[in-house]
Amino acid sequence: MSEQTVSHPSTLQLILRSNGFLIGAGLTALFVLAALVSFIWTPYDATQMSIADKLKTPSAAHWLGTDHFGRDMLSMIMVGARVSMAVAFVAVGVGILAGVPLGLYAASKRGGLIDEIIMRGNDLIFAFPSLLLAIMITAVFGPGAVNAIIAIGIFNIPVFARLSRGAALSLWQREYIMAAQVCGKSKALISLEHILPNITNLLIVQGTIQFSLGILAEAGLAYVGLGAQPPLPSWGRMLNDAQTLISIAPHLALVPGLTIVLTVLGLNLMGDGLRDLLDPKLRRVKS
Amino acid sequence: MNFNHLTSHKMRALAASCAVAAFMVSSTAHAMNTDVTIGMQLEPPNLDPTGGAAAAIDEVVYANVFEGLTRFGPDGSVNPALAASWDISEDGTVYTFKLNDGVKFHDGSDMNADDVKFSLDRARAEDSTNAQKALFAGITSVDVVDPLTVKVTLDKPNGSFLFNMAWGDAVIVAPETADNNASNPVGTGPFTFKNWAKGDAVMLTRNADYWGEAVKLENVTFKFISDPTAAFAAMMAEDIDAFPVFPAPENLAQLGADPRFEVVVGSTEGETILAMNNKKAPLDNIKVRQAITHAIDRQAIIDGAMFGYGTPIGTHFAPHNPDYVDLTAQSAYDPEKAKALLQEAGVSDLTLTLKLPPPSYARRGGEIIAAQLREVGIDTEISNLEWAQWLEQAFRGKDFDLTIVSHTEPFDIGIYARDDYYFQYGDADFKAIMDDLKGETDPAKRSALIAAAQQKIADDAVNGYLFQLARTGVANAKLKGLWENAPTQANDMTGVYWSE
Repeated sequence: MSEQTVSHPSTLQLILRSNGFLIGAGLTALFVLAALVSFIWTPYDATQMSIADKLKTPSAAHWLGTDHFGRDMLSMIMVGARVSMAVAFVAVGVGILAGVPLGLYAASKRGGLIDEIIMRGNDLIFAFPSLLLAIMITAVFGPGAVNAIIAIGIFNIPVFARLSRGAALSLWQREYIMAAQVCGKSKALISLEHILPNITNLLIVQGTIQFSLGILAEAGLAYVGLGAQPPLPSWGRMLNDAQTLISIAPHLALVPGLTIVLTVLGLNLMGDGLRDLLDPKLRRVKS
Repeated sequence: MNFNHLTSHKMRALAASCAVAAFMVSSTAHAMNTDVTIGMQLEPPNLDPTGGAAAAIDEVVYANVFEGLTRFGPDGSVNPALAASWDISEDGTVYTFKLNDGVKFHDGSDMNADDVKFSLDRARAEDSTNAQKALFAGITSVDVVDPLTVKVTLDKPNGSFLFNMAWGDAVIVAPETADNNASNPVGTGPFTFKNWAKGDAVMLTRNADYWGEAVKLENVTFKFISDPTAAFAAMMAEDIDAFPVFPAPENLAQLGADPRFEVVVGSTEGETILAMNNKKAPLDNIKVRQAITHAIDRQAIIDGAMFGYGTPIGTHFAPHNPDYVDLTAQSAYDPEKAKALLQEAGVSDLTLTLKLPPPSYARRGGEIIAAQLREVGIDTEISNLEWAQWLEQAFRGKDFDLTIVSHTEPFDIGIYARDDYYFQYGDADFKAIMDDLKGETDPAKRSALIAAAQQKIADDAVNGYLFQLARTGVANAKLKGLWENAPTQANDMTGVYWSE
């Protein structure tokens, strides 16, 4: 009886109903688009200086104004988006590629020595505040985009390792996994063929959140001068450059500041929306 | 009527009390105006000018707490200080100083010829920790003639001896207190040391027993604010009355437009250069170095990095010096010529490292220079370094191609004669010019040698000469008597007063 009254809305309907997801996806798409377009076109060369045109407020010629060297802010934001996204994307990739196998392996050896070693190692990395760890790594290996990726990526490893281990542990108790075990499948194969596909939803949601944290971390590192080095534009360094000029040219701080806020907000909204959409339990409750 | 009468009575009383109140307000305001707070970017490591090289030491104590035999005036002239007058022997090797009478140290003891002998002997001793021992190098003996007369004998005539004695490193200290001057400075100056809140401020107060002309200020506070943004905020809030070397040139226009403040732009001894590693290929090729100097647009750097404050220079010499030769035309901005020179040198696909210390002239100037070099086909790899890293890698390790730094010592062209100096020039011909200069006392010949030295390093394109740092000071418009220029590192408060 009750089964019949519950209608299952289609995924498309759910997406359209979820305002947060739509806004988030829209914002994210905008910045991804800006980053992609910057490869083939920017209004001006983002590194081209024109001291005579410095500190111009937004106008038809420069939509977001110019900075203290007369560089076009819109072009810098677009190229900066590329840098931010590349750093965050690769860092999340590092986290997933290293963290998920570790987590799955630990789960398959539950309670064993290897499980302990992996998870306590993760705790060790986790114990450091992420930005502090990133600053430490870039301070030792030198500033630069590549080292920023490594630094942020290392911090992502325990996040994904914990997530996948936790999810995998509950899956190992399921009947179909036991069935597979009884059939003689190796633990590694079970992890790959049965566990991994079932935790993908979680990984996608977490990946989105980590992606936004990665962008924040990159901006933070660049702000303290440890991210991408000049002349490569970077949102965090634009903020730093704007600091002393804030009283005479507020747009210098507002433009990169709002860009970072909107990007992170967009990714977080999208992550939340994705969780709602991908979680079957929530789907039923909401409908 | 009665009512009216009462009212007018009351009115009169009110008016009278108002007048009294107004008078009291103005008198309290007047009383408050003997205090001044001076902003500085760097805190001194200690307060002993005879035991440290940091400019911030002199910027607190020079002329305020400590005095020497002679002293610098605001225009760089050398004036009498503790020495009222002096005689120079015919051959120029014996200086007899007549000391001022009645000079007392802050601890109450008399300042006499014995203290002068002690101070000079201490500074030139083998184990002296004086940062400028070269100032005292020519002294062979210091003799006390009587309590107010002291005779200094030199090994050979030295035209700049009185100039040397005016340095902060040559101040007169007392034997009893000399060892504690680092934390509790005791001098003869018009201000006594009151308190040092580490990390925040040094406070001085008026010396009631000062021997010379009494100063108008009662209390002077030197407040240390390293962050340019915070410096600007403190200035705007009037927490600081004057910032003689204001760290954020971008805010000067705004402060200058504010009637509360006055912006004073003076000169410093800081030659800002794009230093090149002369021994490292391909920078050992003069054509490559010349190409770099022609690729640089000085005015763009001054406008972009310093917001227009700074004077272009074409050699390592201060433009306000009478012996300065303007050689900027020799390395004028000419990208085409730069490209041609690179081609002649047979260099292509050049990538150079550009290591930048923290000051904004370096960080901002570096980005502009990188863009300018890119125009002529030279790529740069910028790394922003902290001072400690910069000193370690670039200055001592000589591991750099290009770097930007300002040389703030007066008359420091002699560094080009050093073999082991970080840009590694040490040319034999240049050394010969400097050796000749050392032995020369004739002013006209000295000028000619100094000009030759300037010409030589410009001809060899040793470094890219960018601009002379400006001394950009901000002060409350009512505060008078501050120094405009910086002939030496000092914040002389003796002539400072509030105009109302």
